[in-house]
Amino acid sequence: MALTSQDIARIANLARLELQPAESERMLTQLNGFFDIVEKMRAVDTTGLEPLAHPVAAIQEVALRLRDDIASEPNQREANQQSAPAVERGLFLVPKVIE
Amino acid sequence: MTTPALHDLSVAELARQLQKREVSAVEAAQHFLGRIQAAPELGAFVALNEEATLAQARAADERIAAGQARALDGVPIAHKDIFVTKNFPSTAGSKMLAGYQSPFDATVVTRLADAGAVTLGKLNCDEFAMGSANENSAIAPLGFEQPAPVRNPWDSSRVPGGSSGGSAAAVAARLAPAVTGTDTGGSIRQPASFCGITGIKPTYGRASRYGMIAFASSLDQAGPMARSAEDCALLLSAICGPDPDRDSTSLDVPAEDFSRSLNDSVEGLRIGVPAEFFGEGLAPDVRAAVDGALKEYEKLGATLVPISLPRTELSIPVYYIIAPAEASSNLSRFDGVKFGHRAKDYSDLTDMYKKTRAEGFGDEVKRRIMIGAYVLSHGYYDAYYLQAQKIRRMIADDFQQAFKSCDVIAGPVAPTVAWKLGEKSADPVANYLADIFTLPGSLAGLPGMSLPAGFGEGGMPVGLQLIGNYFGESRLLNAAHRFQQATDFHLRRPEGI
Repeated sequence: MALTSQDIARIANLARLELQPAESERMLTQLNGFFDIVEKMRAVDTTGLEPLAHPVAAIQEVALRLRDDIASEPNQREANQQSAPAVERGLFLVPKVIE
Repeated sequence: MTTPALHDLSVAELARQLQKREVSAVEAAQHFLGRIQAAPELGAFVALNEEATLAQARAADERIAAGQARALDGVPIAHKDIFVTKNFPSTAGSKMLAGYQSPFDATVVTRLADAGAVTLGKLNCDEFAMGSANENSAIAPLGFEQPAPVRNPWDSSRVPGGSSGGSAAAVAARLAPAVTGTDTGGSIRQPASFCGITGIKPTYGRASRYGMIAFASSLDQAGPMARSAEDCALLLSAICGPDPDRDSTSLDVPAEDFSRSLNDSVEGLRIGVPAEFFGEGLAPDVRAAVDGALKEYEKLGATLVPISLPRTELSIPVYYIIAPAEASSNLSRFDGVKFGHRAKDYSDLTDMYKKTRAEGFGDEVKRRIMIGAYVLSHGYYDAYYLQAQKIRRMIADDFQQAFKSCDVIAGPVAPTVAWKLGEKSADPVANYLADIFTLPGSLAGLPGMSLPAGFGEGGMPVGLQLIGNYFGESRLLNAAHRFQQATDFHLRRPEGI
């Protein structure tokens, strides 16, 4: 299996990455080089195996938990917005979304 | 006998002198800040804040004077710039976060500060911790106008390893007695090996990931890097512990004093030696050093047990599917809205996202985002991502099988010593293949460490990797400490340092 330049364009769109033509071409070669080493993995018989997400679950039950739904953080709006690219009256500014 | 310089003291000795008030925390901080500023050519540091450092040092001195000294009071350390910090910019080595000021400290940063450690500054690293050579940083190190790779203190024409390359170089060059690093697929162990220092990555879930800028959430772990196992144990004891409200994968395993069993005997310790780690891909000079280290362990009374980790090679594709998949998800937060870089010109919201991300991310990060987006996309998820997660279980099971006949596993950290700058930068897959010996332990979430074991080609350091079973950190540190009591590789220093 080899990726095509259409695949690269489709994935770049999914990933919201603008790629220049030369970059797309390089990406195509590099990703195909990478997927060559992935082929071996696809042939492994994994029938009946559960995927392992938290590695320690290999030996013991690991329950992902939720914390109580109570406000635990102080309001730090200014500190949180100090590194934002565009802020006005405490709101994040984005380009017009709804016409 | 001359008194050793402050930068030659171990963390343990420095902490002792600080507590006895033979040296003040302010003096220690100033000494290291001076060294850092006098040696910018390594490119190890990306940010200092002298005022914040000295304020922390003064507070440590006051506690010591008041008889309320904490374990690491006044010990200067530095953080990999993947941990967010209030008093220093937090960039993850990315243009995307250039100048970013975090409103909070990472848990690891807080815990070390609570133990009394004084932060000297932030250390260069590969962008979002993606890299094995520290050539992927987009941030100009101190003293540089432009981004520059970190250089290996043992040979400035070589890489320090990555992604915690700045961390490893700083310790090797005596710019800090100890530092933090993070390890996703080997990013503490491999640079520790390349720079001739000691580093440990704990069991996944023992160190909080809160405030560690996320790369691959099911793999990322923080850990200390220092010159000796004894020093690593001191820091690791401060770093580990549950963080239930802030990291949903943090394990409810209590903090531990990792120094308590350092001096235990290793007589009868069964060391598993995986055949797959000694195949033809292993350079002869690395093999010779690792073999020598194993012989040393036999002299100390340990027994070598042949074991097999049959899916070692498969760990490369498995890791390079899982980690990019998680990265593509984690890095979707960089959209130019709430923090970080935003492109100047764009036509609409989608165009803003695309241009912002195109400008803000470097090549390696883009490649991994692309791989991740692809393997998670409709029609490919089962064949790639899910398949990789299933083989990940097989790899973890292989380790459990191996640990039936051994207590720890030993082998090389990397197939070669540190390579030359630029040597592999045009070939990303070549970099991935060099991670072969660190990836299996990462995928299984096991604790692993690297300790200096000798020297290879060009006089470059070679590390020995020790992998323990889950929660086996103190045994690893014990085994490493006993080795370091019998050898002096960890005490050697690069020429001119």
